[in-house]
Amino acid sequence: MTSIEAHVQQPYKYGFVTDIESEVVPAGLNEDVIRLISAKKGEPEWMLEWRLKAYGNWLKMSEPHWPNVKYGPIDYQAISYYAAPKKLPKLDSLDQVDPKLVATFAKLGIPIEEQKRLTGVAVDAVFDSVSVATTFQAELAKYGVIFMPISQAIREHADLVQKYLGTVVPYNDNFFAALNSAVFTDGSFVYVPKGVRCPLELSTYFRINASSTGQFERTLIIAEEGSYVSYLEGCSAPTRDENQLHAAVVELVALDNAQIKYSTIQNWYPGDEEGRGGIYNFVTKRGKCAGRNSKISWTQVETGSAITWKYPGCILQGDNSIGEFYSVAVTSHRQQADTGTKMIHLGKNTRSTIVSKGISAGHGQNTYRGLVKIMKGAEGARNYSQCDSMLIGDKCGAHTFPYIDVRNSTAIMEHEASTSKIGEDQIFYLRQRGLSSEDAVSMIVNGFCKEVFKELPMEFAVEATRLLGISLEGSVG
Amino acid sequence: MAGRGTRDGGRVLLEVKGLRVAVLGNEILKGVDLAIRDGEVHAIMGPNGSGKSTLAQVLAGHPAYTVVAGTVKYDGKDLLGMKPEERARAGVFLAFQYPVEIRGITNSYFLRSALNALRRERGEPELDPIDFLQVLEEKVKAIGWDDSMMNRPVNEGFSGGEKKRNEILQLAVLEPRMAILDETDSGLDIDALKTVAHAVNQLRRPDRAFLIVTHYQRLLNHIRPDVVHVLADGRIVKTGGPELALELEAKGYDWLRDGVMVS
Repeated sequence: MTSIEAHVQQPYKYGFVTDIESEVVPAGLNEDVIRLISAKKGEPEWMLEWRLKAYGNWLKMSEPHWPNVKYGPIDYQAISYYAAPKKLPKLDSLDQVDPKLVATFAKLGIPIEEQKRLTGVAVDAVFDSVSVATTFQAELAKYGVIFMPISQAIREHADLVQKYLGTVVPYNDNFFAALNSAVFTDGSFVYVPKGVRCPLELSTYFRINASSTGQFERTLIIAEEGSYVSYLEGCSAPTRDENQLHAAVVELVALDNAQIKYSTIQNWYPGDEEGRGGIYNFVTKRGKCAGRNSKISWTQVETGSAITWKYPGCILQGDNSIGEFYSVAVTSHRQQADTGTKMIHLGKNTRSTIVSKGISAGHGQNTYRGLVKIMKGAEGARNYSQCDSMLIGDKCGAHTFPYIDVRNSTAIMEHEASTSKIGEDQIFYLRQRGLSSEDAVSMIVNGFCKEVFKELPMEFAVEATRLLGISLEGSVG
Repeated sequence: MAGRGTRDGGRVLLEVKGLRVAVLGNEILKGVDLAIRDGEVHAIMGPNGSGKSTLAQVLAGHPAYTVVAGTVKYDGKDLLGMKPEERARAGVFLAFQYPVEIRGITNSYFLRSALNALRRERGEPELDPIDFLQVLEEKVKAIGWDDSMMNRPVNEGFSGGEKKRNEILQLAVLEPRMAILDETDSGLDIDALKTVAHAVNQLRRPDRAFLIVTHYQRLLNHIRPDVVHVLADGRIVKTGGPELALELEAKGYDWLRDGVMVS
């Protein structure tokens, strides 16, 4: 396998730093910092109280060490919890966005100026702790769709935020969710009213820029009865030797007959070949199919981060509701991922589908961890799980931990798993037909991931394919 | 038509001299000499373990084999100095004995990517899926087959015979100058063998040479070679016309092996 391991990786493409004047609050976490964040966001009192309650709980909790990943201790007092560019535009006037920010997002392929916007996609651009621009807000409002930074929603749609925030991921759910609840800064808020099919793809792009900071985004999506929304998030960060913490919380609520499609293309800085630097991506994402016949579908393409710890799950509460999880996770260099899903079946005839594709290269370690739980009342529940692992080279690892907990005898469970290795013979076969070794690897990997890629919105499937090509480029010779 | 006489006619396309090849330190080929001219069909026969498949793999550039000594010239170029994909783009094609499966990629997408890699090399425009479909239909018809395999994933779930047919189909579309068939007959029943042989015969052209590696003579009943070589213990021990294949079928390989030991 020596020639397979020969090349390793092309440099991270999004590792640049934007030279922009930022306001960064001093490192450290205490009640005063939380009060400061809340004040900066102009939040109502109830929000601050909620944050402080979360903080109080967090102090009593300890960092989880059950994931199959290794890293040194995190000093939570050495992190700055708020960083924002000094020149921020006034609301609803994208023209006033600092040209440096516009240029930054343009470089990342996210044009935010009026005339260059992506067609068919509304974008919320988040830079460190603040949202700097949200496109198509007015157009969406015509349909009654609310798409705005969550800090704005807390001020303008307090009733909705208060009604749903923390109902899917409580403030004391786990260590990182509690931390996020205490210090979250920005993220997106989406509300789709009854019977509305959101006419645009909604998308949030998260960019970490400042050093020694953490990013704590919070996203809340509510789909009212009979509505439909497709949402996609992307992210990236500069190349740095230090590790930066990203602890997000995403909550989705789907009411009767509503559908939410949530896609992630995660490309945080993964660290270098030696494992120096990179983002710690410790994220809690959960959706609640609260209504009958509702459906929540998670699709994720995880290529970045030094460490990924995330289990986007579904609580299938409504009868006949459907949860789906489609995942491609790539670990190369020294990246570690412990990711999967949780499907909790409560309602009758609830169905869930899990398709997980793990790809390990270099010294990467990839773990699938999934829980399928069928509760007593979930008559006629069904689950189908498929976990496939692919190894490139012989220094990487793939691990699978499926947990199944069935408390109703009518449940039907199916589980399939496979592990394969990209071999010299497969690469040679394609090269013998004239393809370069890079094209050969990319073809094999894309074929392996096909079932997941076809779930991505069209506009982003190409991007995902390309991204996968980049993060594996050179890992095979 | 193409008898032994053509050997002196055409230009030498592939010239192997003193080729010695090792795998994991074991020498498999111990000095092979071979010259194939444009348009000729050569058969390499030999007992199991004689090095036939090694020769095919080495000519295609499989990285697991180490060339210890010798030279290979292809179309005047140093073949051994070229990467596998460069050899492919220059017109060297290997029909694999064990074609690999590629999950999730359709035969048609794979073959179009391969053809476009070759076309790029020749400075020709790449084909989009619709143009490709036309080219494909034409080529498939020319060998009397249909394109029912094209929308299935590459070799996945194919029977042994289908895999071998798929290799020949690729040959038909990629139009190499030097086609190497590595035990294409193994695992085929007589009907499949005839189908494959018929297709290969349709693909014979004055500017396309074949090197057919086979253990049995039966394939050569259907594809008449110009030259037959016998490889034993890493060396070509006998070269002759099509009649040599029949002789081998009747006598087996042992008389030649004894000959090697004596000489």
